[in-house]
Amino acid sequence: MTDRKLRSPYHLVRSRSLSVIAGLALVAVGAACSGAGGGGGGTSQTITLAAVDNPQMADLKQLVSEFQSKHSDITVKIVTLPEDQLRQQVTQDVAANSGRFDLFTIGTYEVPLWAKKKWIENLSPYVAKDPAYDESDLIPGIKGALSFENNLYAVPFYGESSMLMYRKDFLAAKGQTMPDHPTWDQVASIAKAVNSSSVNGICLRGLPGWGEQLAPLTTVVNTFGGRWFDQNWNATLNTPQWKDAVTFYVNLLKSAGEPGAGNAGFTECLNAYNNGKVAMWYDATVGASNFTGDAAKNSGYAYAPTKVKDWSGWLWAWSLGMPSSSKKKDAAWTFADWATSKDYIKLVGSKLGWAHVPPGTRTSTYSLPEYQAAAGGFATVTLQSIAHADVNHSTVDPVPYIGVQYVDIDEFQQLGDQVSQEFAKVIAGNQTVDQALVKAQALAAAVGKTYQH
Amino acid sequence: MRDSAASVSRRDAWARRLPLLPAFIYVFLLTQIPFVLTIYYSFFSWNLLKEGSFKFAGLDNYTRLITNESIRTAILNTVVLTLAVIAISVVLGMAVAMLLNSEVWGKGFMRTLMIAPFLIMPTAGALIWKDTLLNPLFGLLPYLLSPFGLGRVDWVNRFPMATVVAVEVWRWTPFMMLIILAGLQSQNPEVLEAARVDGANPLQAFRRITLPLVRPFIELGALLGSLFVVQTYDSIFMLTYGGPGEDTTNVPFLLYLVAFQGYSIGQASAIGVVAVIITILVATFALRTLFSIFQVEARR
Repeated sequence: MTDRKLRSPYHLVRSRSLSVIAGLALVAVGAACSGAGGGGGGTSQTITLAAVDNPQMADLKQLVSEFQSKHSDITVKIVTLPEDQLRQQVTQDVAANSGRFDLFTIGTYEVPLWAKKKWIENLSPYVAKDPAYDESDLIPGIKGALSFENNLYAVPFYGESSMLMYRKDFLAAKGQTMPDHPTWDQVASIAKAVNSSSVNGICLRGLPGWGEQLAPLTTVVNTFGGRWFDQNWNATLNTPQWKDAVTFYVNLLKSAGEPGAGNAGFTECLNAYNNGKVAMWYDATVGASNFTGDAAKNSGYAYAPTKVKDWSGWLWAWSLGMPSSSKKKDAAWTFADWATSKDYIKLVGSKLGWAHVPPGTRTSTYSLPEYQAAAGGFATVTLQSIAHADVNHSTVDPVPYIGVQYVDIDEFQQLGDQVSQEFAKVIAGNQTVDQALVKAQALAAAVGKTYQH
Repeated sequence: MRDSAASVSRRDAWARRLPLLPAFIYVFLLTQIPFVLTIYYSFFSWNLLKEGSFKFAGLDNYTRLITNESIRTAILNTVVLTLAVIAISVVLGMAVAMLLNSEVWGKGFMRTLMIAPFLIMPTAGALIWKDTLLNPLFGLLPYLLSPFGLGRVDWVNRFPMATVVAVEVWRWTPFMMLIILAGLQSQNPEVLEAARVDGANPLQAFRRITLPLVRPFIELGALLGSLFVVQTYDSIFMLTYGGPGEDTTNVPFLLYLVAFQGYSIGQASAIGVVAVIITILVATFALRTLFSIFQVEARR
């Protein structure tokens, strides 16, 4: 008996040391890999770009060889990650000043915040060195959103606003027509008119997350006259405007929205729309670039629906930013310059097809005849929506923050996620709008308090 | 004479210890240094996004554990999830193990099938549940239930905790089954036969003979299982992302949210420390049960 008792811990230890050996082996392999990656030639430099996993970045990855054939001294390593993981990794990297990346894709949310903390490099001096870059060609709304104290802190790779996409054939079958600048009331009545057991009226994001559900929902709140905080950083989610907007959104989803709205984000709605399961879709302007089959043939495009405030579309741009901790800034800029230049847009068009061109960054893109032919239907709506989106004046009443579909403060990632979770619970039918707004107001008030000094 | 015996045994002891030492040091460094650092950070208010926020905060992070509603919800969710998953999967595992222990045709094949859920990666399994089975538009379950008017029910969001429990039960039933089956197979069939001769019906035989025999195995399965279920993270991440609201946010997921959505390293460390303490408590019971089984085995 004692013998057994003694032996059993041995078994434990033995199996553990086996796993330790396995772990050691893994570490060794990892070290070997990173060694191989780091070991470049004497003069050549390797820069690392952390990129968000989207179709435009996949295209960039394909075309990197074109860059390298011109710049043999710079090797570009692109690490692609899904949006949430990219944000975590990049945030940790800059906050800890570890210098793992020389470039990363960041959004309009991060740029002003990080520029203020000096986590990212001011790119205006670099832009000034290259006359061919033509800074004035950048779409004004985007350029404004990527600037801090009138200096450009990131260069736009891809930009988007939001618009209403709809199937002309489905609407026509029910005798409905969509105006170019619809109101939300018009959209709701059309959605209910075309809603049937086989085709739902409209797809709206319900998936929790500040970058998912809350993006379209906040644009609805904005145009209904709501805002997150008043000028003194008092949370205002307990106002009638918020209640009206959230009630409207949830009711529209319930009466004419897609089933399973709580799990529907951009991708899910795109699938539903492409498969003819929904007649309308209010989402990012880039959605239209991904239409196939009937959806590509029969779609019409309208500006973001409104109620009180006009031009309610959101604004977002994935942009290349350079961490201050990078030790290869010149090489990094050489690449960022190339990837956001006019020539790159033409390169994508000629090599991969004009539908692949990253939209929403440069005015000149929209005057290219080839691009107009490929993106005809939605090019104007996209360009105009982006041009009219103003991150500083997105609400009816003035606000102390910047951002259209987000509040540009550090706490908003967590606040937005928590609030959108409460709304998801409403969409699922597990609580009322009032209950959700009480909790949301408390969460927002706690955040607002830290800014009241 | 005595001296040399002692030195021999000491040398013997070192001969056993020495080869283990590198592994021990490696494990010690890799688990204890991060743990000590975590304890250290848990006394600081430190938010990665706030410059100059690294300040000593005493027990603030720990008092917040008691006062914060989100944390209480998370602890409650963890308890509910763990108890439900363990209870249901033990009962199901027991039933399946009894079936597989009897003379059924195709036993080997069935056993392999039954183990499959445990071998599938948790993330992949959760994705299959969410998209292939439960998706209200394309899912199998809504399709099968549509004749009953339940065609477009959004199961994941309407019944979030029940969904997570169902997926975890699906994963852990095979584990319970394996452990209980091992217990059942050590049962001497002659004892059961003797019981039948003495006039015991199957239910009595099960209650009086089989159950006491496999009881330590059930305990072991339940304790080992709860060690893992307490730490459930992947399926929650894939299925519900802790929502809707905070309905399925358990302690590990809350820790993730605090650390990687809020970047509050100090607060997250405090949650981590408490989670480790709870896990150690459960683990102590698990190991004690494990050894008691070996003792019983040895006695026989």
